[in-house]
Amino acid sequence: MASQKARMKGWRNVEIAGAITTPRNSREYKTGVWRSQTPEIDYDKCVKCLFCWIYCPEPTILRHPEKGVEIDPDYCKGCGICAQVCPVKCITMKGM
Amino acid sequence: MSQKVVGMTGDEAVAYATKQSNVDVISAYPITPQTIIVERLSEYSANGEIKAKYINVESEHSAMSGCIGASLIGARVFTATASQGLALMHEALYAASGLRCPIVMAVACRALSAPINIHGDHSDVMGSRDSGWIQIFTENPQEAYDTTLIAFKLAEKENVLTPAMVNLDGFITSHALEKVEVLDDQTVSRYLPPRKARMKLDPENPVTLGVFTLYDYYFEFKRQQAEAIKEAHKEMGEIWNGFQKISDRRYSNIRKHRLKDADVAVITMGSTSGTARYAVDELRNKGVKAGSVAVRLFRPFPAKELRQALEGVKAVAVLDRAASFGAPMAPLYSDIATMLYDVRQRPTIVDFVYGLGGRDITVDMIASAAKQALEARRKKRVIDEPVYLGVRE
Amino acid sequence: MESSTSQAYTKLADVPTEELFGPGHRLCAGCGPAIAMRMMTKAFRGPTIVVNATGCVEVSSTPYPYTSWGVPWLHVLFENAAASASGIVEALNKLVDDRRAKKADVVAVGGDGGTFDIGVQAISGALERGHDLTYICYDNEAYQNTGIQRSGATPIGAHTTTSVAGSVIPGKLEPKKDMMAIAIAHKIPYAASATIADWKDYISKVRRAIEVDGPAFIHVLAPCQLGWRYDPSLTIQIARMAVQTRIFPVYEYVDGVYKINFKVPSPKPIEEYLKLQGRFRHLFQDKNKWVIDKIKENIEANWRRLVMLEEATSPRPSQP
Repeated sequence: MASQKARMKGWRNVEIAGAITTPRNSREYKTGVWRSQTPEIDYDKCVKCLFCWIYCPEPTILRHPEKGVEIDPDYCKGCGICAQVCPVKCITMKGM
Repeated sequence: MSQKVVGMTGDEAVAYATKQSNVDVISAYPITPQTIIVERLSEYSANGEIKAKYINVESEHSAMSGCIGASLIGARVFTATASQGLALMHEALYAASGLRCPIVMAVACRALSAPINIHGDHSDVMGSRDSGWIQIFTENPQEAYDTTLIAFKLAEKENVLTPAMVNLDGFITSHALEKVEVLDDQTVSRYLPPRKARMKLDPENPVTLGVFTLYDYYFEFKRQQAEAIKEAHKEMGEIWNGFQKISDRRYSNIRKHRLKDADVAVITMGSTSGTARYAVDELRNKGVKAGSVAVRLFRPFPAKELRQALEGVKAVAVLDRAASFGAPMAPLYSDIATMLYDVRQRPTIVDFVYGLGGRDITVDMIASAAKQALEARRKKRVIDEPVYLGVRE
Repeated sequence: MESSTSQAYTKLADVPTEELFGPGHRLCAGCGPAIAMRMMTKAFRGPTIVVNATGCVEVSSTPYPYTSWGVPWLHVLFENAAASASGIVEALNKLVDDRRAKKADVVAVGGDGGTFDIGVQAISGALERGHDLTYICYDNEAYQNTGIQRSGATPIGAHTTTSVAGSVIPGKLEPKKDMMAIAIAHKIPYAASATIADWKDYISKVRRAIEVDGPAFIHVLAPCQLGWRYDPSLTIQIARMAVQTRIFPVYEYVDGVYKINFKVPSPKPIEEYLKLQGRFRHLFQDKNKWVIDKIKENIEANWRRLVMLEEATSPRPSQP
């Protein structure tokens, strides 16, 4: 906690008007710690339809050249939408 | 550099200055007694005399919102309002200063409803004195013209980046027809070249502006604002100098009149300052050692200059054209008393609330105020609430 | 199923993989608006500036010092996204004229709170003035960010904290405001409703709205798992069910012509939609059945009205 305070900038060093100049730096905040269940893709059944990819709210499903999609555990909040929208039901939500 | 003399009202002068100032966007809503400003600008726009984009917003809240958006693209932005309009955009004023937008807004200071009144007093701008905006009071159409120009210059300084209000007295200054010396277009264009903003919404450099802060960061941004408006004060000397070079008109944060050996000083803002100087001259003719100070720069408050100016003065009559119900004293008095608190020899200060809703203030009334202040000093009396000057009992 | 007449992308593989929104935002697991925002960014056609009203998306996507946005983004106040966006559009026009800036599309985003209620005035002004901008309302049917308070978009019968389903009054009794009708009343060139359930339809509509010269309005239904009370995984299902029961008609308004995109020839019974959500649970008590009847009445009346509008405005074939 102390080191966190030390890293916080003072008024002389922060950019004015609260401007954030690094786009999408929220990636530093790994929301993956939120989840209580994790999606698992059965690639034998996956038809690479990309539905899970487009419907992910984070997004935390990445496109993969061979596999089609890959789940990024860093941000997954475990909502289960991917499992629900999958037309071949190849995603299961595993409790933690 | 050539100037010409034109007959103009305060509103017209502001519109004319805006026309010359390489303004990019005008986002404004009409309200008495500022209507002439927006109407004149609309005329200029329709006749191609001004290239600015003119947005006929549907309320003052949207007027300021449009200004903020435009300003953050890097545009030079102007608007004007008064009274209810200023009150309606109240939350947007704080957003504008918090987002560090160098917007210039002319305010034809007018009383606040209820009851509804369209005439001049300072209640509207006093209600916004904590909003983080620079505020400069003007006395006449000439000052309205000149101040509009310097407001852009001051607001856009990189170490300032604070929005600025140019205050005219509603109807009294806004509609007074006087001789105004206006600069030529080229001179103003050189003085105010097209704006180049550093912090802006630009797809090539995506910035997120208007963030959500918690208790861990908000305070720092407000501290920055306090510093920025302090910087505005520091810049004023150079601003006034720079303006004198192009206009031969010398302004300062406060205008002193016969203060050197004055026993009593009358402090005013806006058009009353001219009447006050006249009253001072009459008092002097009668042997009363009176002087006056017109406060031009109200926010940031020129405390140091005022302290120096009032050294040796024994009594001060502060003329407040706004009330602050429930407060110990009215707004201007509060600032004056605060900055005089620590001086070794404090003068007696008496607060006079006058002119609300456009109630006239005469030379005699001002002279009487000065005499009352002197009397209070002599009799060592403390007048701990405002004296209402000109109200019928 | 005829979705938007012009399709931005025919298949998912064509949708750009570049992410301009998230991850790392603080929106709930399964958040409908999060999906609405992400899909919206997939519809951008070039440099775009987003103006966001106060609400779930704004607060959760920009908690200082983090931002989830990959485009220039501005938030000012709750009710003025459309007004600030108007300023941006005109300022950009001027600066582009002067060659001091490059062109960019401007998209204003608001929740149902900042759109239907407190934001109506600013939207009305912006639409009337005809600026070239797109306004997108992500509708989660209540002031969700401040804790599920009712808005003008909250449907009849819904429980919220300010339209509590109590023993005397069974939730909100006022009908949902027709924001599309309000937008269309300004005679804008394009307006469309959509849900996040059909990615192709929604993304195409956003793209079309951006491409249209002049103001365009998009109303996208974005279910809220917390406010509507359902398992977070069902967000897409519920959005789809809203269309399939006709409670949320998906249609376009293009230069005066109404077009219902999803005709829903065999609508599902509304009970199937209502029973999925905790906010309607109380409607299944006998004494509240009249509310469900009222809902059905409104669905039918609204649908009939749209069908008539579609018929009345359909382009006549030219005379030989």
